[in-house]
Amino acid sequence: MSFAIASSVEEALEALDSGARPIAGGTDLVVGARQGKGGLPESIVAIDRIAELAEIGVADGGLRIGAGVTHARLMTEPAVVDRYTALADAAALVGSPATRNVGTLGGNVMNSSPAMDTGAPLMTFGAVAELRSTSGTRTVALDELWTGPGKNSSQENELCVALVLPDLGERAGSAYVRLEYRRAMEIAVVGAAATVQLDADGNFESARVALTAVAPKIIEVSGIADVVAGKANDDALGALVYAQAAEQATPISDLRAGEEYRRHCVGVMARRAVEAAARRASGETIAVPVNRALGVGANA
Amino acid sequence: MSENTELENLELKVNGVSYPLALEIDRNLSGVLRTEVGLTGTKEGCDDCECGACMVLLDGQPINSCSYLAVQAQGRDITTVEGLIDGDELHPLQRNILAAGGVQCGFCTPGMLMSAQALLERNDSPTEDEIRIGLSGNLCRCTGYAKIVTAVQATAVELRS
Repeated sequence: MSFAIASSVEEALEALDSGARPIAGGTDLVVGARQGKGGLPESIVAIDRIAELAEIGVADGGLRIGAGVTHARLMTEPAVVDRYTALADAAALVGSPATRNVGTLGGNVMNSSPAMDTGAPLMTFGAVAELRSTSGTRTVALDELWTGPGKNSSQENELCVALVLPDLGERAGSAYVRLEYRRAMEIAVVGAAATVQLDADGNFESARVALTAVAPKIIEVSGIADVVAGKANDDALGALVYAQAAEQATPISDLRAGEEYRRHCVGVMARRAVEAAARRASGETIAVPVNRALGVGANA
Repeated sequence: MSENTELENLELKVNGVSYPLALEIDRNLSGVLRTEVGLTGTKEGCDDCECGACMVLLDGQPINSCSYLAVQAQGRDITTVEGLIDGDELHPLQRNILAAGGVQCGFCTPGMLMSAQALLERNDSPTEDEIRIGLSGNLCRCTGYAKIVTAVQATAVELRS
């Protein structure tokens, strides 16, 4: 085995060219290896000390978040909490304080689990992943990045260096909620994110909803924008969102939940995410994470 | 960029002391702390990042050392439960968790103390909710947590005064 610590993106990319695999917090890679899921890579390059990967900056009115930004930082960073609140909701639910201190946004995205918490929020923002190799940089939409459980379309020599989030416009709000059985070290049973825009009268102008852990990858619910257009944030709207999300989910049954239960609950999560996102878009403050603020998921 | 194969020669700084070590790359930090460094206060519970018994501080922040590569900790400040004590004087957290009855079997205690220490370092007057979130990566099967929370609250009061 070999191990190296990269101090710049360029050093990391050279290591990847030589066959190394990147490690940031190791909260998926090392845990997976110790559980016997394929062992550690023969050659590892640590990317957690690369300053460039920890940068958060404005880009075209939106936000560019370095792949090495930790969950602990995402849940408190004002630019994220104020404008991309669903991502802060999600980051605050990941693992425990120990997981959040070293686990990164890039790691969560590139691990490509269909149960990842940050994926659904990013998808509803219309975020893209910035992948870099020694031969250049390209951006990839998330629905083209994720291809299946634990699988993505990146090349072995590409490093995810950032997630780029577009400007969400005026009167926008977002939220992420998940069904969970305990409040820490938990993985979403199902989850949903919503990003909404309201019109000047406070009715829906548009909305995007994405679902966690009900398909081989994070999926966006199609047709939501048409469902919500011009409507108020009320129970009738919630019922429509529930139906649209539940219908498009294709969950599995496993030891954590049955298919039917997951399908029902993801509809409920989608409805609650849209409701909370619209309340935030109207100017109401709902503390991060929504799960705790509104008593969704596991109780105290 | 430093690159090595097979055994990695490195120094780990634990509780302010540098330990020169030659380690296989796949060794986890908790194992190295207990076996090579000889500090057995850090416990190995689930060995799967679930229970928090292995919690140590890396540059002041809690991590699960069972699932952290030891080679990745070089150049960082590692603090274990042995680093809390000052000579023969127990840290206020240690004294208060004993006084509150927050130690029963004691296996979770080192990890609990490290999480509590990190919390109080950044927040000198945490609410009960903040304490419970701060300790949420640490499982205890004996106490029901209430006495541990009481001990952290008492320590916060003591350290503020």
